[in-house]
Amino acid sequence: MQNGGEPRQHTIAVLVENRFGVLSRVAGLFSARGYNIESLSVGETLDPSVSRMTIVVHGDEFVIEQVMKQLHKLIDVIKVSDLTDDDHVERELMLIRVNAEPQHRAEIMRTADIFRAKIVDVTPSSFTIEATGDEGKLEALAELLRPMGIQELVRTGKVAIARGPKTRARKAAGEGARRARISDDPRVIGFAD
Amino acid sequence: MKTSGARIVLECLKREGVDTIFGLPGGAVLPIYDALYDFEGLRHILVRQEAAAGHAAEGYARTTGKVGVCLVTSGPAATNLVTALQDASMDSIPIVALTGQVPTHLIGNDAFQEADNCGITRPCTKHNFLVKDGKDLGPIIREAFHIAATGRPGPVHIDLPKDILVKEAELIWPDKVQLRSYNPNYDGHPGQIKKAARLMVQAHRPVLYVGGGVISSGAHAELLELAELTQIPLTTTLMGLGAFPSEHPLSLEMLGMHGTYYANMAVHASDVLVAIGARFDDRVTGKVELFAPEAEIIHIDIDPSSISKNIQVHVPIVGDCRRVLRALIDAVREEMRDEVPSLAREARTQWLAQIAQWREKQPLRYEWDDQLIKPQYVMQEISNLTRGEAYVVTGVGQHQMWAAQYYKFKYPRRWCTSGGLGTMGYGLPTAMGVAAAHPGALVVNIDGDGSFVMNSQELATCYDYNLPVKTIIINNGGHGMVRQWQEIIYKGRFFAVDLDRSPDFVKLAEAYGCVGLRASRPSEVVPALEKAFSTPGPVVVDVVVDKWEYVFPMVPAGGANKDMILDRPNKAVKDNAAKSQTGF
Ligand SMILES: Cc1cc2nc3c(=O)[nH]c(=O)nc-3n(C[C@H](O)[C@H](O)[C@H](O)COP(=O)(O)OP(=O)(O)OC[C@H]3O[C@@H](n4cnc5c(N)ncnc54)[C@H](O)[C@@H]3O)c2cc1C
Ligand SMILES: Cc1ncc(C[n+]2csc(CCOP(=O)(O)OP(=O)(O)O)c2C)c(N)n1
Repeated sequence: MQNGGEPRQHTIAVLVENRFGVLSRVAGLFSARGYNIESLSVGETLDPSVSRMTIVVHGDEFVIEQVMKQLHKLIDVIKVSDLTDDDHVERELMLIRVNAEPQHRAEIMRTADIFRAKIVDVTPSSFTIEATGDEGKLEALAELLRPMGIQELVRTGKVAIARGPKTRARKAAGEGARRARISDDPRVIGFAD
Repeated sequence: MKTSGARIVLECLKREGVDTIFGLPGGAVLPIYDALYDFEGLRHILVRQEAAAGHAAEGYARTTGKVGVCLVTSGPAATNLVTALQDASMDSIPIVALTGQVPTHLIGNDAFQEADNCGITRPCTKHNFLVKDGKDLGPIIREAFHIAATGRPGPVHIDLPKDILVKEAELIWPDKVQLRSYNPNYDGHPGQIKKAARLMVQAHRPVLYVGGGVISSGAHAELLELAELTQIPLTTTLMGLGAFPSEHPLSLEMLGMHGTYYANMAVHASDVLVAIGARFDDRVTGKVELFAPEAEIIHIDIDPSSISKNIQVHVPIVGDCRRVLRALIDAVREEMRDEVPSLAREARTQWLAQIAQWREKQPLRYEWDDQLIKPQYVMQEISNLTRGEAYVVTGVGQHQMWAAQYYKFKYPRRWCTSGGLGTMGYGLPTAMGVAAAHPGALVVNIDGDGSFVMNSQELATCYDYNLPVKTIIINNGGHGMVRQWQEIIYKGRFFAVDLDRSPDFVKLAEAYGCVGLRASRPSEVVPALEKAFSTPGPVVVDVVVDKWEYVFPMVPAGGANKDMILDRPNKAVKDNAAKSQTGF
């Protein structure tokens, strides 16, 4: 469709009923409608009957609007929020096993240190490093370790959380960035939460 | 008191107000069939193929406004049902489908007649459930009916493992259904409604574009009031037929690929387009960039995901058509109290005159022939003889479009057609469901010789239960719609399109115990139809028509609506159509 703006990455938080089949409903929606999921992570919340998914998806405004509406349309979905333009914190965890030749061991440890990563397992020929952070940090770390020979790398996908209730100062600062839109009204956009 | 899961299922259906179930038994659901043996108050209609049970439930639902119910066994029966579920999904028809499943301890073992029913139906239902505990039966059945019937209606599937049906459990019946994750929004936003009212009153060239949502919401009376109050001309989609009387002076009839010239021209030239319970399907919009290019679009829909999906709209209103139209009528009255700019009044008079001109220049038309029966003529006569009051069901193809164009609809909920999925074979079983729901009513199934045989086995069911469906086969010796596309878009390279060795439909009807009639010349049409409508029980009329008759207007898929093909095209037109064509 016209004028959807530039495609970009969005981080969407989805609260779902913790029920049989809910993950495949969400995953199925993305494949059926041809949206690109970049990552998806799921876990329980404080209320064990509710799970929380963090979905990273690439698209322009129109695609994202449809993604949100379609997610919301799933009967087991309780709430959908796009955190991208709101104040939020996001993190991802990465485990990386890297060759540890004697001449590289010190450098690897130093690099891990700088990235506040932990060495969580050691063998005569390898280190396993655990790191958390945003995407940029994890990619930078992986890049620095690549010359030593990465044996295996796993990432959890992103989790994200909105920052706490706004303080007056932060609210004022954020005001310009995101003014209330009429489409925030559930009767316009239709999310009757 | 504890009772078997099977009895719980039946008891819950009864409490939901179900009176008829369309089904076909098999191992996994035999406990339910055993319980039906002496259960009072539920009529079971035994169909001959499971898809037919689903379509029958659709016909029942669309024409009554209630939820239709079908019941089939596991594995192949559930997979047979899939087409009907997707059909109901696309056309927003509320049905509840019950399937059997292997016992819980065997699920996932490739047990006999096992299929991942819930996995298979997930993308083609509004929601589905696998019951894993007998005490959940009541709450799940309640939720299923609630979900099917509310918001944007749709099919809901419940998978019932055999052991759950056999074991005894307590019947739990919640007073009401409350789902924290599902709360459709019914009332439109007052600010948006006011905005819409202002646009409508001030518009110079407004059009109402009405869809199936008006039928499901029962908003036809409000629609009539709004149209007459504002004097805005109105066009409906294929699914919206019957929401507004076809012969009303403001009616432009159907728009879209095979819509009328005047409807498509009016929409194209409109400056304010009000979409009411319609979803901007590609058969309606044609090339999206060229659809109503000058219009401010107002869109009323209960499903937010319908809004700004295909076309960006200017005034979205999420809510139920009926409630929103009520509020809109009040808002329009309010707006009209202030002086309507004389400019607008002037423009509106011109607008209606312009539309009258389009209507006069290009009415729906066909050439009469003394020897060959023209299919359009058959539709006109069906419409005349039934005074636009019959229940009409169709197959898919040219005959479906002619029925849509030439039947003069008077009332809502009397028209069933497969719009979104275009399911050939939909006609007879759906008509059967309609007949089961409306004893004594005239139910006409307008079918194609291709579509009809996809579910003609259901003549047996019609005969068995004396469901007096009158099937009119528009027999053009082939897949007419395909023939039309192959000529117009594929340079006349006809392939796999002739059905000149179809069975003798008169004898076929008789073999099933039904009455068979035939009309081969124009003069035989009316007598055959009259005879069919006055003969009790199911009747099939084989009407042999001119196979070279095509449906016009026609917008080649992917073309702009204003560039309709209006007559049998010459080579240049066809070459152009072949170029603009993007898909069937
Ligand atoms: C061979 C063939 C040719 C076709 N040619 C045409 C054609 O020329 N013209 C044409 O129009 N169609 C045509 N169709 C049908 C087309 O494919 C679509 O099915 C049809 O256009 C959709 O109709 P609709 O927009 O009314 O939506 P529907 O499918 O009826 O959907 C209803 C809409 O209303 C909403 N709704 C439901 N309930 C409510 C409520 N209570 N309140 C508010 N909103 C509600 C829903 O969310 C949905 O958006 C053709 C089909 C076939 C098979
Ligand atoms: C199940 C199914 N298969 C194939 C099609 C593709 N298709 C659309 S119309 C048509 C021809 C229909 O022929 P008939 O029922 O005789 O109707 P006619 O067009 O001749 O009136 C076909 C094959 C379809 N819509 N549904």
